Amino acid sequence: MKLLTRTFPHGVHPKEHKDTAPLPIERMPFTDRYVLPLAQHIGAPSKGIVKVGQHVERGEKIAEPGGFVSVALHSPVTGTVRSLDPKRHPNGSLVPAIEIEIDRYAGQETPRGTPADPQAGSIDDFVARIQQMGLVGLGGAAFPAHVKYRIPDGAVVKELLVNGCECEPYLTCDHRVMLENAEDVVRGSVVLRDRIGAHLATIGVERNKLDAVAALQEAAKGDDRVRVVPLEVKYPQGAEKMLVKAVLGVEVPAGKLPLEVGVLVNNVSTVACLADIFDRGTPLVERVVTVAGPAVRRPSNLIVPIGTPVRAVLEYCGGLTGDAREIVMGGPMMGQPLGSIDVPVIKGTSGLLAFTESKLARPAEYHCLKCGRCVEACPVFLNPSRLARLAKVGKYEDMERFQVMDCMECGSCSYACPSNIPIVQLIRVSKSWVRERQRDAKIAQAKEAAEQAAKPAADGPGDASAKDGKETNR
Amino acid sequence: MNSILVAAATLAGLGLFFAALLAVAHRFLHVEEDPRLDILEGKLPGSNCGACGSPGCRAFAERLLNGSATPSGCTVSSEDATADIAEFLGVDAGVMEKRVARLQCGGGRAQARQIAEYEGMDTCRGAHVLGGGGKGCSWGCLGLADCEVSCDFGAIHMSSNGLPVVDIDKCTACGDCVEACPRDLFVIQPLSHALLVQCKIPLAGEQARALCSVACDACSRCAQDAAPGLIHMDNNLPVVDYTAGGPARPDATFRCPTGAIRWVPFGQFAEDEPEPVVVRQARGRFYV
Repeated sequence: MKLLTRTFPHGVHPKEHKDTAPLPIERMPFTDRYVLPLAQHIGAPSKGIVKVGQHVERGEKIAEPGGFVSVALHSPVTGTVRSLDPKRHPNGSLVPAIEIEIDRYAGQETPRGTPADPQAGSIDDFVARIQQMGLVGLGGAAFPAHVKYRIPDGAVVKELLVNGCECEPYLTCDHRVMLENAEDVVRGSVVLRDRIGAHLATIGVERNKLDAVAALQEAAKGDDRVRVVPLEVKYPQGAEKMLVKAVLGVEVPAGKLPLEVGVLVNNVSTVACLADIFDRGTPLVERVVTVAGPAVRRPSNLIVPIGTPVRAVLEYCGGLTGDAREIVMGGPMMGQPLGSIDVPVIKGTSGLLAFTESKLARPAEYHCLKCGRCVEACPVFLNPSRLARLAKVGKYEDMERFQVMDCMECGSCSYACPSNIPIVQLIRVSKSWVRERQRDAKIAQAKEAAEQAAKPAADGPGDASAKDGKETNR
Repeated sequence: MNSILVAAATLAGLGLFFAALLAVAHRFLHVEEDPRLDILEGKLPGSNCGACGSPGCRAFAERLLNGSATPSGCTVSSEDATADIAEFLGVDAGVMEKRVARLQCGGGRAQARQIAEYEGMDTCRGAHVLGGGGKGCSWGCLGLADCEVSCDFGAIHMSSNGLPVVDIDKCTACGDCVEACPRDLFVIQPLSHALLVQCKIPLAGEQARALCSVACDACSRCAQDAAPGLIHMDNNLPVVDYTAGGPARPDATFRCPTGAIRWVPFGQFAEDEPEPVVVRQARGRFYV
């Protein structure tokens, strides 16, 4: 049987800890204040269109997209805009945000707009509607969803892959969505499959969620172009490229998108939102968040309005135990540790995990044993051991040569390392160096090009000084 | 026996042949090099730091010989060494203003508000990548000494307040700390530019003061008090532009409510800490 389950090569299998899986999704009651950073997603931040003191309805648009790779933002509650000052973002920085105080006497019904037929109109209409509804990938990276749906000319999508792996430990929000909202997941997959012209929609679900597989199969009955594929339980199967490899057995080339092999990948919660957007006209104003971890008194799966302060969510879950030490937004493998609990839940928040001191114990680091476990764990076939060694001596050029930029920072190497070397941490730092260097090089190149263009005739002295400038530029 | 002789003779023959080849090559392919170049290189500090703008000391020596640089262009050489080189070349030493690295942040442990305890990698860049360390200010110094490690001249040490202190006598303005700092807090500027804005928070008023007791809250009093045009406000921070007005005087700092702008004709943070205390040695935590 095991041979028949699909998966990708390499990867690790951390202890699952999915204790919240049997808990039904409950709706968190509204709190007093909501903070909506304008940068909730990858790409350009949204542009605010509200003023302080303005009354906003739940689901009303409060920010326009700031470019193509950007989405609109909607008020999660009916209330009044209280401030537009910078607020702390989960990533630690202070960024422009819209703060809304709730209207205690408002009904706060889920907004219902005008339904639209997703297949009517051009693909541009479809893309524009999704952008205006503020949909981003809800798996964690928060990449604006509509950008993926704009298939470039000449590219053909053969298959839509819907990502129901949820390979991160602790997280169960996608699992619950698949169980309780199977119709929406299937409906969204069908909408998207037909709109992008794919033959087949495949929902990949790991085998630790067989009840979700059954629910989805039940919902997809009658449509033989939707299939549900159980996958072996392994991390990081939820990464786009790993999922393509696991389900279709095709490898996406390094530095390319799955589109290269005719596949489009979307998270289950994201496609479930498509049903909201087209059948009910509801913008993205709330999402399911798993609150779990050993330091949470009452772990839950909650529907949380975007912008709810983490403090309020944790309080609703019974607060933290006394030995709580660290709170992570997202999964334990790739999540963002929070520097403050006065940050809001954003569109990409899939989980809030609180850990105790004992779970965070940092064991001593030893020498690399050259055992190769990290090499066997790396899903993108890098050599993490060598990269870590180079990172420690600061040889970033060499790391670039060894394709460090293909690393997706899944952390399998650090997990697998018996010597407790912080491999992925070292690689992350080095990637920031390499990115900085690449950016500087680009700026220098642009500057040089501008200088070249500014010079009317490239005669001797002009050339020489340009060369000199390059040499002396450290 | 015979074969050994043959082998030895062949080897010796080959050696003679190649020696002859080298001798011929030396004679006909010889590159004339100024004999002063080696001497000059010996007189230069040999640190290859690049602060002069040349890729290394030998390249600087070449520029000295062809007259495109003056001996004072080397910021590492002592005054005596510079004078020695000038005498050797028979040129004027030239004037090179002393330039040093200045930190644009004054928020150490005692000033900046701490919101969390950072336990990740022991480098500034690690903290910067991971949500910005424990300080509430996301623009200020992380205090994990990446600059101290990067400095080849031992001119930077971390103070007990968690800020890097630049020893202006040792600083050669090479710019390594500028590159090392993930938050771009270091600038290289002439020592005579004594009006320093020790803050990079682009917020105003209460928001800025909430982060740090020495934050610039953009009150712009310094801009009003300075010579016309010298200081202008940009993005809620004062910018001192020595080309636009002057002269710069300490007056501009007198009404600063937080002490974000300072008159520092000497090393930074000297008044806070008369005797520098080294709290952090170079890190040897990682095995290579």
